[in-house]
Amino acid sequence: MFEAILSFLPRAIAQGTPLLYGSTGEIVTQKSGNMNLGIPGVMYVGGICGVIGAFVYEQSLPSPDAIVPALAVLIPTLFCLMGSLLMGLLFCFLTVTLRANQNVTGLAMTTFGVGFGNFFGGSLVKISGADMPFLALSATSNCFKKTLPFAEKLGVFGDLVLNYSFLMYLAVAVALIASFIINRTRTGLHLRAVGENPSTADSAGIDVNRYKYLSTCIGCMVAGLGGLYYVMDYASGIWANDAFGDRGWLAIALVIFTVWRPNVGVLASFFFGGLYILHMYIPSGMNLAVKELYKMLPYVVTIIVLIISSLRNQRDKQPPQSLGLPYFREDR
Amino acid sequence: MSKTKEPLFHIVKRGEMPWYFSWCIRAAAIVLALICCGLITTLVTSENPIQIYATIIDGSFGSGRKFMVLLQNTAMLLCVALALTPAFKMRFWNIGGEGQALAGALASAACMILMKDMPNWIVIPCMVVTSLLAGAVWGAIPAFFKAKFGTNETLFTLMMNYVAIQLVAYFSVVWENPKGSGNVGVINPNTHIGWFPDLFGSKYALNIIIVVIVTVGMYIYLNYSKHGYEISVVGESERTARYIGIKVEKVIIRTMLISGAICGLAGLLLVGGTNHTINSAIVDNRGFTAVMVSWLGKFNPIWMVLTSFLLVFLSRGAGEIATDFGLNSSFGDILTGVILFFIIGCEFFINYKLSLTKSLKKEEK
Repeated sequence: MFEAILSFLPRAIAQGTPLLYGSTGEIVTQKSGNMNLGIPGVMYVGGICGVIGAFVYEQSLPSPDAIVPALAVLIPTLFCLMGSLLMGLLFCFLTVTLRANQNVTGLAMTTFGVGFGNFFGGSLVKISGADMPFLALSATSNCFKKTLPFAEKLGVFGDLVLNYSFLMYLAVAVALIASFIINRTRTGLHLRAVGENPSTADSAGIDVNRYKYLSTCIGCMVAGLGGLYYVMDYASGIWANDAFGDRGWLAIALVIFTVWRPNVGVLASFFFGGLYILHMYIPSGMNLAVKELYKMLPYVVTIIVLIISSLRNQRDKQPPQSLGLPYFREDR
Repeated sequence: MSKTKEPLFHIVKRGEMPWYFSWCIRAAAIVLALICCGLITTLVTSENPIQIYATIIDGSFGSGRKFMVLLQNTAMLLCVALALTPAFKMRFWNIGGEGQALAGALASAACMILMKDMPNWIVIPCMVVTSLLAGAVWGAIPAFFKAKFGTNETLFTLMMNYVAIQLVAYFSVVWENPKGSGNVGVINPNTHIGWFPDLFGSKYALNIIIVVIVTVGMYIYLNYSKHGYEISVVGESERTARYIGIKVEKVIIRTMLISGAICGLAGLLLVGGTNHTINSAIVDNRGFTAVMVSWLGKFNPIWMVLTSFLLVFLSRGAGEIATDFGLNSSFGDILTGVILFFIIGCEFFINYKLSLTKSLKKEEK
């Protein structure tokens, strides 16, 4: 039993990390009143841009042994951030500058992003004419997966707490920093004001559009890292089409589950990660069908949280008031 | 001299605009989008652009069968979009079309499997009733909580999609055929119980006719009925609706019952009319694409025929490009995304206009 928990927890955390990136990014975005339903697409784009970066770098090497770990990590990360930043800018341009409907734009971005990821994931090798049977970037992935050398010697504690790659710790750090900025700084106060009531914020001299742009772009970049983590660490550098699955939507579910608090998101995402793989640990015998029902759990839990938070009607546990609404100063 | 920075342009809301002018802008956006798609495809495949456009057209009109598939896909997409429209008009963001259609599909598949020894005249009415009911219930759950407690409907309906998907995945394993495949396979392949009859020698014809009827019905319902009027008042301003004595809660739940039921109808047509099987991908993301169809068609059923046709036409064309040039089939999604961005962006130029800011400095002189 103890052994099972010991193998379950690290896997739940590894599953939860992409969700944590996604939900932190989406919370930062939603706090400004932008409902970005393009997050699943952004995460795909982040992942594939990281893959493209790693691919370009690996192809430029004379042999796989000549890899420089620092560059192997830095180049894909930069590619990933750039790609997701572009997606964020696109969303902002359409919804903030051109005042398009956010739901429609977000869904279009998801269509585009998932297609973009699967297309390049499937055809990158073919387009570039590289000598590779399929897209496997294990050399780069090994650099991403480096863990602390002494972690394994520290027994249970080392296995559970220290034995992860840097991207997982970065995810926790980003979530905590985001929580601090949103709740404890003036910038965060302004950001929340923009999300709650943009016209009040505007009359107090806050540049609404700038806050919306910045928070959405930063949010997208954070979410993109989730895609990068998934490909480079979880999937060991092997891109398989649609393997990322519906994790992007799960990240959005997590936003609601944590009632818009990134610090709660740290534990909640690991919880969701656990729910996501729970079906592998439930002894269901030969009955495969029941496993499909276990996969429903994260969504059901989210719905329950959504209902309860609206039932209790506590003011600090509500969505930002102007969530999903465009702001135009001359509108009344 | 004042030091305030003056932007070169400012944005003004437009008043009424003749309809042909706004459609000119949209047509221009589509043309731009097509040029952009052609450029992208040329870059990736290094083919002659004219060849690419020819391939797009060939994907939809190349043969009689391709044309029927085009019509069938348009009809199914339109059906889901029609279902979402009354909810959207009410400012109820129902992005749960996928789940509601799946619920309908699941119900009709259940009838086909469980009643496989009964005659068609019992099974088909049962399928119709249960699938409409299943869709309606799936839609009414979020509506109930929205009406009573103000629960955010966008997120609720979104989550309901995945509950439905997993439910279908569950039953796909329960009803799997052959054992161990995890797929349901074609239901009743020999007896054809629960299969809708072919009309004019095509299994698509009945679906298309039903959707045409629904389109006309929805147009009349939204524009010429008391319910339609109530929906638009609630959408414009909930306070006004309360003031003039409309029971907002009732309208929300009633509209979502209708919306869900028509989604269920789409699921029924997919299972009973064309696919004769059930799996979690049977609705094929139409629930999400339909959101865009409805919005692009300005929530007008007649325009939505055009927008859904356009989207299906383009995605079939993009799919044809992908197979012809040996590209990954996801290439179509990229092109669809690009086209959508253009169409979404162009709405701005219909609703607003840019006008040059008159410089204050000149006036001071």
